[in-house]
Amino acid sequence: MTALSHDVLIVGGGLAGLRAAVGLCDKYDVALMSKVHPIRSHSIAAQGGINAALANNPDGRDDTWEKHAFDTIKGSDYLGDQDAVEAMCREAPAIVYEMEHWGCPFSRFPDGSIAQRPFGGAGYPRTCYSTDLTGHVLLNTLYERTVMKGLRVYPEWYVARLAIDDGVCHGVVAFDLMNGEVVPVTAKATVFATGGYGRVYLYSTNALINTGSGIGIAYKAGVPLKDMEFVQFHPTGLIGTNILMTEACRGEGGYLVNTRGERFMERYAPKAMELAPRDIVSRSIQTEINEGRGFDHPLGRYIKLDLTHLGEQKILAKLPGIRKICIDFIGIDPIREPIPIMPCQHYSMGGIDTNARTETEVRGFFAAGECACVSVHGGNRLGGNSLLETIVFGKTAAGAVDEYLSRQPAAAKEEIVRGAARQVEGRMAALVAGGREKSFSLHGELARTMSANVGIFRERSEMEKALEDIDRIRERYRNVGVSSPTRHMNYELMNAIELEFMIEVAHTIARGALLREESRGAHWRRDFPKRDDEKWLRHTIARMNSDGTCAVSFRDVTITRYQPMERIY
Amino acid sequence: MITAAAYTFKILRSDRKRPDERPRFQTYRVKVIPGLTVLAVLIRIRDEIDGTLSFRSSCRSAVCGSCAMVINGRIDLACRTQVASFGTNTIILEPLPNMEVIKDLVVDMTPFWHMYEKVKPWLIRQTADPEKEIEQSEEERSRIDQFVNCILCACCYGACPVIARDPDYLGPAAMAKLERFILDSRDERPEDFLDTVNDEKGVWGCDTVLRCIEACPKDVRPTDSVVDLRKALVRKKARRLLGMKK
Repeated sequence: MTALSHDVLIVGGGLAGLRAAVGLCDKYDVALMSKVHPIRSHSIAAQGGINAALANNPDGRDDTWEKHAFDTIKGSDYLGDQDAVEAMCREAPAIVYEMEHWGCPFSRFPDGSIAQRPFGGAGYPRTCYSTDLTGHVLLNTLYERTVMKGLRVYPEWYVARLAIDDGVCHGVVAFDLMNGEVVPVTAKATVFATGGYGRVYLYSTNALINTGSGIGIAYKAGVPLKDMEFVQFHPTGLIGTNILMTEACRGEGGYLVNTRGERFMERYAPKAMELAPRDIVSRSIQTEINEGRGFDHPLGRYIKLDLTHLGEQKILAKLPGIRKICIDFIGIDPIREPIPIMPCQHYSMGGIDTNARTETEVRGFFAAGECACVSVHGGNRLGGNSLLETIVFGKTAAGAVDEYLSRQPAAAKEEIVRGAARQVEGRMAALVAGGREKSFSLHGELARTMSANVGIFRERSEMEKALEDIDRIRERYRNVGVSSPTRHMNYELMNAIELEFMIEVAHTIARGALLREESRGAHWRRDFPKRDDEKWLRHTIARMNSDGTCAVSFRDVTITRYQPMERIY
Repeated sequence: MITAAAYTFKILRSDRKRPDERPRFQTYRVKVIPGLTVLAVLIRIRDEIDGTLSFRSSCRSAVCGSCAMVINGRIDLACRTQVASFGTNTIILEPLPNMEVIKDLVVDMTPFWHMYEKVKPWLIRQTADPEKEIEQSEEERSRIDQFVNCILCACCYGACPVIARDPDYLGPAAMAKLERFILDSRDERPEDFLDTVNDEKGVWGCDTVLRCIEACPKDVRPTDSVVDLRKALVRKKARRLLGMKK
């Protein structure tokens, strides 16, 4: 095995990873590894926009970053750490201007300024956008920057393990898909920007690559995870394919309608209506469906997202991507017909436990973006804040890594990374030698139990069932085999490797959800339907014991100036 | 009730690491319910029938550009192509042309990215950045609309007859990307930059047979950019001949 060596290794080529790379590659030997070409990363699929209090919108001239912070904290159901939220919202305008200066083609207002639209849970129209392709334009812009700077990218290299010894990260073990080789990579600093875990669920808006294995890899290497029970369900996923129908559909004036023709949000959030935060809208839709006011479809029950009253011109100008997806994937033109939608898993509020500097408790190991939990989203993320988080904390990670390297840490130890590489080789040999179990069917069982038992509405017996199922799946995983010993471009092999980590991600979600006996943000317990600040204004920290079991502890939320209040919209 | 129909998928298999084996079509018989995409069926084949099959995929919603291939002779994204859209129960899948096949439906896109990098695909500014945004009118923004939509899937690159005979030709995607910046009111690249595409490997190489437009899953028209870049070069030449400065 030939080992590679870099000063900094960034894992993940989405917005967070690329932004971290842009901030470091002029000064250090930086490499970025991604299991897909960076431009294929899931950031590309973000539609609606990025929040920043620019006050460009005529209806929001007195917007400020403090108001943005308040909306974010209230939206988080007070589980967000307020110092981190404030830092993110203060930085937001500079981040958006920087992306614009680098070429990001935002939509514009008539005065030539960046256009901003209303979004859920926000008191002001502060979501900057580029029609309904905001992730696409941001990712292209950042990728263009890395091309300009000549960043070293290893596309289609899957990072399969962290090499941590005695509280210090020495690098990773990578799997070069094109050549089928396992490669030890030493690095003085490693940044994970590996994205969310949507594919742990059956119904998810996420890309197929969003397995969350980066989160699981960190967990299995002893890095604690935070608030894993907080899973965002997006109100409007297309029925069948679960493709995201952006919140901008409602931001631009779309209605949610049940079988009685009612705009039912009136009952749940009379003021904000369709633009209440996602946790509330998703629960409202699910309640309508559960109580028999959903429409029937061979692929499940649904609610209508009606844009027809917006008119052709507005839909073509503001939501062209949504229209094209509807026509391509369900044969419906939203100019003429409502869109059939259902709530689907969408975002991972929880993740690798970091502070507001993207540092983990392991020296030389940093995490940013959806795989990390700072926490700025707490119990529920507001739409438009995830794109913001990726770029703000990608940039923050660059600063933190720079600072770490300027203190001249000891050289990474190659023997530690080689030891980890031998473990990965052993794992692959076992998978190739093959047992009877198939990775895809175990993945299916895992996703089904998560969607059925750790979904929008939760209760003890269901989550206990999920944990039992997960234990059984973990046992059966030992007997997984793959069809072919050929390693290059072997996606079955890669899926099997990732499943090991998905199982632990699922476990920490279900475990946290079972322990948290309250309802907060996206975590809603039928058996504990009230928020309990006395006992639960705390983060859940999950850590893997040396015997593989999960130890859970709790940490107080940081409060600065926003005292918890009842959440009414 | 949903009823499934029987389909035959014929997929061209090969492996760069086994050059002695000739590419061959492998046949898979599957039951398909209405509404399923080619990608959904490919995933089922890999999961349930043949784990050795290789293809790329990610977003399954026609935005990431991973799954371009030839589907019954037509280049498109597998994720947005309905299996039932062909009026036949036989679906033939082949890898994207004009690039070397790594394995099965996975091609080596290195030359495609190389051409993309050649046009300096980033915003070039001479003036210092303002404190806030660089102003741009709605009309100026709308000029780049169609080129911004490009997802770099290489459908056009695979469809281009010029690349088929001249691998050094820049190709439609790179040209569309260059046009995206040339048309951007904020871009300040020197006018001489166009000289880098002023030859048969660049804008003059295009056959203007519009295969790229036909192949694009996002309604981008790379030929528009070729025509526009040619006009700009002609104008520039005319100005030089007339002794005008700019």
